Amino acid sequence: MTDFSDLLLLLVVLTDFWVLGTTRLSSTIRAAALQGAFLAALPVALHHGLTVHIVALGLGTLIVKSIVLPAFLQRAIREASVRREVEPLIGFTASVCLGAVALVLSFAVAQRLPLPESQTALLVPVALATVIVGLIVLTTRNKALTQVVGYLILENGIYVFGLSQADRVPFLVELGVLLDVFVGVFIMGIVVFHINREFDSLSSARLTELKD
Amino acid sequence: MRLALLVILPVVASAAAYAYRSGRPRSAWLLAAATAHLGLTISLWVDPAGPELAGWLAIDALGLVILTIVSVLFAVVAVYAVGYLSTESPRGGRAFVSCLLAFLAATSLVALSHHLALLWVGMEATTLAVAPLVFHRHDRHSLEAVWKYLVLSSVGIALALLGTFFLAAAQVQGRPLLIEDLLAGAKTLQPGLLRAAFVFLLVGFGTKMGLAPLHAWKPDTYGEAPSLVAGLMAGALTSCAFLGLARVAQVMTAAGQGPFMQPVLIAFGMFSLLVAAAFMIGQTDLKRLLAYSSVEHMGLLVLGLGLGGTGVWGTVLHVLNNGLTKGLTFLTVGNIVLATGTSHAPSMRGMLRRLPVSGVLLLVGLFAVTGSPPFGMFVSEFTILGAAIGQGHPWVGLSMVGLLAIIFVGMARTILEVLYGDPGEHGPEPREGALRVAGPIVLALVALLLGLYLPVPLREVLARASASLGGAVP
Repeated sequence: MTDFSDLLLLLVVLTDFWVLGTTRLSSTIRAAALQGAFLAALPVALHHGLTVHIVALGLGTLIVKSIVLPAFLQRAIREASVRREVEPLIGFTASVCLGAVALVLSFAVAQRLPLPESQTALLVPVALATVIVGLIVLTTRNKALTQVVGYLILENGIYVFGLSQADRVPFLVELGVLLDVFVGVFIMGIVVFHINREFDSLSSARLTELKD
Repeated sequence: MRLALLVILPVVASAAAYAYRSGRPRSAWLLAAATAHLGLTISLWVDPAGPELAGWLAIDALGLVILTIVSVLFAVVAVYAVGYLSTESPRGGRAFVSCLLAFLAATSLVALSHHLALLWVGMEATTLAVAPLVFHRHDRHSLEAVWKYLVLSSVGIALALLGTFFLAAAQVQGRPLLIEDLLAGAKTLQPGLLRAAFVFLLVGFGTKMGLAPLHAWKPDTYGEAPSLVAGLMAGALTSCAFLGLARVAQVMTAAGQGPFMQPVLIAFGMFSLLVAAAFMIGQTDLKRLLAYSSVEHMGLLVLGLGLGGTGVWGTVLHVLNNGLTKGLTFLTVGNIVLATGTSHAPSMRGMLRRLPVSGVLLLVGLFAVTGSPPFGMFVSEFTILGAAIGQGHPWVGLSMVGLLAIIFVGMARTILEVLYGDPGEHGPEPREGALRVAGPIVLALVALLLGLYLPVPLREVLARASASLGGAVP
């Protein structure tokens, strides 16, 4: 099944770039949802023989990452009435280029980090690249909602890496669900408190207040 | 059983405090849980407990030190909170008390975990438990503070999880992620993956500690959170985050990766001192000043750890001093903020006359937190300094002295103005509640005693904790 899992990992990378390159928030969320679906298929593709554990992991991932969180995010878009990412710190073309650099770097780093019993050579580089793409989106975008998607991507990268250990250490990948709790809290913040953009530093706000 | 109880008890109390709508029993829940927790912790000093839950929960010297800090500080804060909630309690404090207790459970879990995944769960839980506490005032500033805190710590905690995965991948023998097995099989750990794990865990736990340059959340969060929450975070939460880092350092040292780890830790330590010194000069907000002081002390902790040898002894001693002194300073500043309604230093003057008890406590706190003799912090900072010079890092030692001097001047200037400045026209003298000064007085006395004399059992436990990190006792 290596071919199939390699295909899935490539699709994960493609969705990474999709997120980096789009301005429309709803499109970004769709990309994240699709990535969630690929991630859900990944444990089944990686592991020979369907155990209850693997199927439950796949199903759980599908429900949380591909259905529930994206649905919440779409709702948050409506509540906060934001459509597009505006004036990101780094332009969209530049972010895609940055993503490409991240991908190359991830392959270089992964070469030097041989996993003891790696199922596919693509797993570690894709995981690292996805983590970096998540961090790029998180740090360079202005809208709180896009940042939440960035966090989701970051977390997906960690999940991919965790899959390499799913056989040896039970219930380790599942811990990632606790990170989804944060995503839930963030969306709640956006919906309940209408947090729309990232905050400027409190300290600079203070400085202006003290200017009298 | 006792170890599990230390976590379960606060969880139950937290649920109970949330379930009961009437206000009176809430303080009782808080005090009862804090007392029981303290009692259990003391019983661990008298009669050590064996591992529980297949070794996932266990108590070693290092864990016992952190657990004691958490327990003592929480007991003091619980008493303070009863006084605090009676004066300022716009929303009844149901969620407040419940989250305080949940925080106690999470920090205890971190202190007791000998399984790194479980430790990570505890660390994540502390973040979630503390967020509503920071947001207690429900205004725009505290919303902003809690949002920044959550965004930054959630990224930190995510990277720490990645680091934990790397550590699991590096391990080829033994039960996965159990400290004992990691240490026993340290030589067989895959070095490349272990180093990657260290980097991610350092960034992750470093964010939770508030090491520069990962400290951006700290001034805002400590500045906006109620003082007792900031005190708990600066004293207990950062100690727990340090414990996470110390666990990784244990594994790295055992695996012979000390030479890779130590320069990184020294660099983070010195940079934290530098950032703290730079931002403390001219800082006019008392709580933000204390937040940068916390960045400074976190820097000293990793500096001592990075220096190794007697530096580690200094670090272990410093964790204890920092935990108690941070409680003292934040709670005292909290009293002043409650009385004056602001934490803006130029708006408070003549505190020594207006609030005599808190004023004296703030003066004591100033000397305790800047490491002046005869307080405990003087001893631990001096030990770290001695380690730097004695172990061939004279420049580190010299810059440390310089930066600490700048920090002292920066802090003293702001705080002495607050204490001695001319109060001018002001309203009626505010009252200092007995509940809100009792705790800081106890902490001040302990901080003083620790500088003069280390009781033998405490010294033994600290020595074992230091030895487990590869340190030496001077």
